[in-house]
Amino acid sequence: MSVTGSITDEQVELLINDVLEQHGYDFTGYSRASLKRRVSRLYSLDKHLSFAEFRYKTLNDNVYFKHFVEGVTVNVTEMFRDPVFYKLLRTKILPSLNTYPFIRIWLAGCSTGEEAYSIAIILKELNLLQKSLIYATDINPTVLEKAANGMFPLSQMKSYSENYIASGGTKDFSSYYSANYNLAKFDAELKHKMIFSTHNLVSDGSFNEFQLILCRNVLIYFDRPLQFSVLRLFDQSLESLGYLALGTKETIDFSPISNTYKRIGTDKIWRKVSA
Amino acid sequence: MKKCGAVVIGGSAGSLDVLLKVLPEINPKIDFPIIIVIHRKQGADSLLTDLISHRTNLKVKEADEKESILNGCIYIAPSDYHLLIERDFTFSLDYSEKINYSRPSIDVTFQTAADAYGDKLVCLLLSGSNADGVNGLISAKKNGGITLAQDPDTAQVTYMPEQAILKANVSLVLKIDQMADYINSLSETH
Repeated sequence: MSVTGSITDEQVELLINDVLEQHGYDFTGYSRASLKRRVSRLYSLDKHLSFAEFRYKTLNDNVYFKHFVEGVTVNVTEMFRDPVFYKLLRTKILPSLNTYPFIRIWLAGCSTGEEAYSIAIILKELNLLQKSLIYATDINPTVLEKAANGMFPLSQMKSYSENYIASGGTKDFSSYYSANYNLAKFDAELKHKMIFSTHNLVSDGSFNEFQLILCRNVLIYFDRPLQFSVLRLFDQSLESLGYLALGTKETIDFSPISNTYKRIGTDKIWRKVSA
Repeated sequence: MKKCGAVVIGGSAGSLDVLLKVLPEINPKIDFPIIIVIHRKQGADSLLTDLISHRTNLKVKEADEKESILNGCIYIAPSDYHLLIERDFTFSLDYSEKINYSRPSIDVTFQTAADAYGDKLVCLLLSGSNADGVNGLISAKKNGGITLAQDPDTAQVTYMPEQAILKANVSLVLKIDQMADYINSLSETH
């Protein structure tokens, strides 16, 4: 029996199958406890009258299905989250990429773009932005539209500004955006060096070679086999001596790629040491 | 009752003192895990783990994602992530929206533990100033688990255990000095 919301384990499996067969989105490798919470949450938020109705709409209504993908994936993010991590990017990782004529960065699972703008700000302050390109991808087209708008709630700016300072930023954070009603619109210059695109880590392949890949707090939603397959995808997409950055609670230890990577200090950044 | 599968303890303001009194009295031979979800500020992770591990002979560690949950171990929910329990008795972490202004949320861990452990689950809600955990206790009880609340008379902040007693129809109300004995009595090995 199940009590997390009103959705049962069996109903979660039905939806996973439907979504795979009808829409080609493969959630079979997602951790179930989290996925079930997301599905239950969506079911009650959208006030469906029955599971049958929920299932029918998810299966047949393409507009609703977009909303379903947005709802079951976690899109919580912030600017300069984990300031210590961004400090390492600022002081060590990004400056070491200065030797390349052109810097390619892949931000996988970028959600609404807060991390992409954070990285662009650091690149700009290091005078590297002009020769950089940030590929920001997500499974979810709706969040990419938001990311491309570059507008975030003004109410968040105080905490983002504190994060920015804690990460080693010395400028006036508010110089990067203009307030527009309750939104902060970030400078177009930052966005100029970003490419937003849908990419499904489960089913899509490598699309370029990068010197830095960031994928933070995405792997936690995947089971071990899917985590390993995504790490192999990153390995195929990373140049020799490139860097891979994961979330605070994620690791490449015990994975098939761990032998060819060297961890940078105690942080969740690894360097590819041999091909 | 069924053999205990896990004891999950949640708390907020005023709960750390309770843990520091109770955990040293827990028999190191218990044949189930203890999983702890405490609201606290971001950062200072290892601090809480260190603090607790100095007071007990049981193994204390912060829960890692995909880690198998072992008997006789005390697991602490990391700060700023929800801690979930999978059907195969491994942990998952989740960085989704805060629940009851909290991440980790006690409700999330109690509810997923209720799914995983069913009638082998024991949940204990301690001192605190919001109602996070109360819905989780309701889920745990609905699935046949045992639900416990700290006696509000012994709580530094009474709101959380009071809400548990009021809304979740808990199985038992425990004073601080009764908790360790109760938890030890759930074990078949002494």
